[in-house]
Amino acid sequence: MNLKKSLRKLTGRSEFYITLVFLALCLLIEVRSHQFFTPNNIVDILSALVVPGIFAIGEFMVIVSGGFDVSFPALASLTGYATTKMLLDMGWEGGVWLPILITIVIGGILGAFNGLFIGYFELPAMIVTLGSSSVFKGLMQGALNSKQLAVIPQGMRSFGTSALFIAENKTSGLTSRMPTTFLMLVAVLIVTYFLLNKTMFGRGIYAIGGNATSAHRAGFNVKRTRFLMLVYVGVISALAGLCRVSMMQQMHPTNMLGMEMNIIAGVVLGGTAIVGGSGTLYGCMLGTALIVMVENSMILIGIPTVWKDFFVGALIVVGTGISAMQVTRANKAGLRNLKKEAVK
Amino acid sequence: MNKLQAIYRKDRHISRLVIMIVAWMIFMAITRFSKFYTVINFTTMASQFPEFGIMALGGMLCMITGGIDLSSVGVANVTSITMGMFMKTQMVEGSISAFTMIAAFAMAICIGLVVGAINGVLISMIKIPPILTTLGMNQLVTGISMVITGGNAVSDLPMNYAETINQKLIKVIPGKRGVMQGVLPVQLIFFVVIALIIWFLLARTSFGKKIYMIGTNENVARFSGVKVDRMLIKTYAISGICAAIGGMIMLANYNSARSDYGSVYTLQCILIVVLGGVDPKGGRGKISGVLLAIILLRLLETGLNRFPQISSYYINLIYGAVLLLVMVLNYFVEHPITKRKAA
Repeated sequence: MNLKKSLRKLTGRSEFYITLVFLALCLLIEVRSHQFFTPNNIVDILSALVVPGIFAIGEFMVIVSGGFDVSFPALASLTGYATTKMLLDMGWEGGVWLPILITIVIGGILGAFNGLFIGYFELPAMIVTLGSSSVFKGLMQGALNSKQLAVIPQGMRSFGTSALFIAENKTSGLTSRMPTTFLMLVAVLIVTYFLLNKTMFGRGIYAIGGNATSAHRAGFNVKRTRFLMLVYVGVISALAGLCRVSMMQQMHPTNMLGMEMNIIAGVVLGGTAIVGGSGTLYGCMLGTALIVMVENSMILIGIPTVWKDFFVGALIVVGTGISAMQVTRANKAGLRNLKKEAVK
Repeated sequence: MNKLQAIYRKDRHISRLVIMIVAWMIFMAITRFSKFYTVINFTTMASQFPEFGIMALGGMLCMITGGIDLSSVGVANVTSITMGMFMKTQMVEGSISAFTMIAAFAMAICIGLVVGAINGVLISMIKIPPILTTLGMNQLVTGISMVITGGNAVSDLPMNYAETINQKLIKVIPGKRGVMQGVLPVQLIFFVVIALIIWFLLARTSFGKKIYMIGTNENVARFSGVKVDRMLIKTYAISGICAAIGGMIMLANYNSARSDYGSVYTLQCILIVVLGGVDPKGGRGKISGVLLAIILLRLLETGLNRFPQISSYYINLIYGAVLLLVMVLNYFVEHPITKRKAA
């Protein structure tokens, strides 16, 4: 009986289905290509996950608090461009600590810009970030007159190219480098996990997403929590931008724009409630990994790359459809049980 | 004066948009009168805004129900591509017959209707959140257009199609080489007709009342006997049709079709709708506000282009700033200081 109950609890969660889909896709790729569970392929996927992963963590926090952030690609581009340009003009030859520091400061300021409107003026996050992404883009392309920078400072270049270890596929002889930037993803993940689950600030984010008025009544400072959260999201989005610039070895101003929709899709695919208040970092990372995998591994199954958009779209519709249907069914079953107990 | 105040207070949001438009027009009159206030300039503007204006009108309906339609651009591209391909097969010596053109229009509307209806079914019956459904659908149809074109542009279209849509009627202005130029672009006719239809639907039919009800509170609407599922399917189908018509106009404007045209329109349409005073949570919003927002954005962009020393990239900054400004103004008006302290 207990087993049945826990099974039902498990099948009522969308993380469960997303894990199943994830495993099924892994197996499918493995069966078709015999290339999936090779060290170099896994390292490739992990290194492709760095930037979308960090973005997804930021987006996850905003969605949990009951809003949507569509400004992070513009924020990351603006910060990345400003940092790179500033350091190039300075002729900085030192390590990566200064770029990281500058990125954190600029990202924090831009995040505070969002936070001011969303937190203190209580405006809907999606609309504000829509406006602020326009503002950031305008600042970057108009005020800073951004152009593609083919050279990046030495410190950032070595940060992007250095490898933690090199994975080699014994049979094909292909090698893949695990980039140092992966540490950034791990660090952001650990810090965010700690913030969300072990601090009042993090629990406040969940509470606000559930019901802002109740959170306020329960004693959370709703305005300040939202503001600080958006500053934090600004910082980590900017760090993701720095990783992207370092890994690409050049700064392309418009390269990151347009990522927002796939990141949102990944986060929600991972079971984060779109109205806010619930969701887990595990699901968020899994959903993002799923999208990254579909984007990167199509070629391994032998599907031409022109089909990429089609399959990502189908994945979003089918994936969210299945979890939506299961969650509705689980809710109905729960309601029925409640009624039964009430009759008794 | 009291009368003016009464008009202002009747709908503050719309009044504010009107004030912004007037202020901008006065600014342009002072700084660049001879370059801005020409008939040709206004005719050009009138032919530029319909392609995204029509998509924004469809998006407005969805937002009134509390949803959102992010699939407009994908639908527009897939229709323009299929239309382009269809017209190329029917092309005789570089032009097509009037009948083929009508058939192509009908086909475009059918595509928009089908994709929109699928959106509606997924949202209402399977209960996927609208933002995800339309996002996924956008990827899906963009993917389909990628597959049928292989990522290439569809070009070498029949000349008379673009000529029909791009022509300007009522030829009264003397142009170059003695040819008279028209003042009424065909695109504008499309836009006005669709705006009238949507205005009629919203203001004069029970359909309009019901979608406002759904936007205000879906459960209450359901228990009041509104067939919510059917209404949502209809709404998204209308939005799909609007997107398809936008695609038809895009095809004529660019004279080619590709799977990634107009990708900036997705966010621009939402920006217009919100700027027009539609509540993203649903239930509130007027077509007049959206029309004013479309006109305001077009005037801003064209006006800015009259200053060659200012980079055209600043237009993004201005769009964003205008949106944030309107929102903050609304905040201060709706939350007087006494009320804010109480909350």
